[in-house]
Amino acid sequence: MKKSYTHKIFKNLCKSCSLCVHYCPKNVLEIGEDRKVVAKRPEDCIGCHMCELRCPDFAIQVFECQAEEQKAAK
Amino acid sequence: MYNENIFHYLRTNKLPHIWCPGCAHGIITASILRGIDKLKLDKNKTSVISGIGCSGRTPGYLDMNTLHTTHGRSLTFATGIKFANPKLTVIDVMGDGDALAIGGNHFIHACRRNIDITAIIFNNNIYGMTGGQYSPTTPVNAYASTAPYGNVEPPFDIVKLATGAGATFVARGDAFHVALMDKIIEQAISHKGFSVVEIMATCPTQFGRRNKMKEPYQMLDFVANMAVSIKKWNEISEEEKEGKFPVGVFVDETRSEYCESYEENILKKVQRGEK
Repeated sequence: MKKSYTHKIFKNLCKSCSLCVHYCPKNVLEIGEDRKVVAKRPEDCIGCHMCELRCPDFAIQVFECQAEEQKAAK
Repeated sequence: MYNENIFHYLRTNKLPHIWCPGCAHGIITASILRGIDKLKLDKNKTSVISGIGCSGRTPGYLDMNTLHTTHGRSLTFATGIKFANPKLTVIDVMGDGDALAIGGNHFIHACRRNIDITAIIFNNNIYGMTGGQYSPTTPVNAYASTAPYGNVEPPFDIVKLATGAGATFVARGDAFHVALMDKIIEQAISHKGFSVVEIMATCPTQFGRRNKMKEPYQMLDFVANMAVSIKKWNEISEEEKEGKFPVGVFVDETRSEYCESYEENILKKVQRGEK
């Protein structure tokens, strides 16, 4: 079964440097209208954690969904 | 997941930090915190010291025993702290100018003494905070506010300098290859003796804008393209090495540690009343 992930974004910490957007291999993230990052396509996320590791502002964390949450998401 | 426990070690009321958008200093700080978390260090028994500059802001955000000291002299304060209380884990964060220009002498002598401190050098190739003057690690032909025609001075090789001065753990990482950086920092903190870690950082505001890399990702790609692993470095030709640098652990050896040899050879003799 394909794993799904959730993105915890701390908008007060984001400085919209767009490093996470650039280094996401699946184009999950985008800079939103409020100039802060948003997870536009979380279902495409493969959980590589590149955005989390390269965020200089500690503003994004990626979590794997639990089994029940995964079912609910489907 | 990786940064799950990171806010435990941060003074969250001081955030967001003052570093520019896309500055790699935040990436390195997160890496240090992940290392501390992985090694399960008690934050009340960990001390982080810094000098002046962008890197000097780091301890202000860490909820530990921190000290923000004078320019270039952070290693002397760190030596004093470690010497007074050898049970503490002492981490010293420095910038390239802080460690090599203003504090160059302190740096080589701390390497020589082999005191158990982890010195992490945030090398962003420029004096970022004061307006982009060229530093001892600015590459040749790079532009800076004090080098409008390009820099002509050859830069320092921190790894060779620290190895020559006698540090017992010398490694270099870069802000793009975060997994390698995490591994190196963790190894350096757990190493007994003076460990020097050079992390190639970025400065999109002062260095990038003057060198046609104004976007943060361009600057990080620039660092990523220059980094070559040690194994590959030994295989490639001299021409291919032009403008690149090896990353990995260069020196990892054991030698008598300063606090221990001081206690053994001086303090105990004094207590016994020997001369």
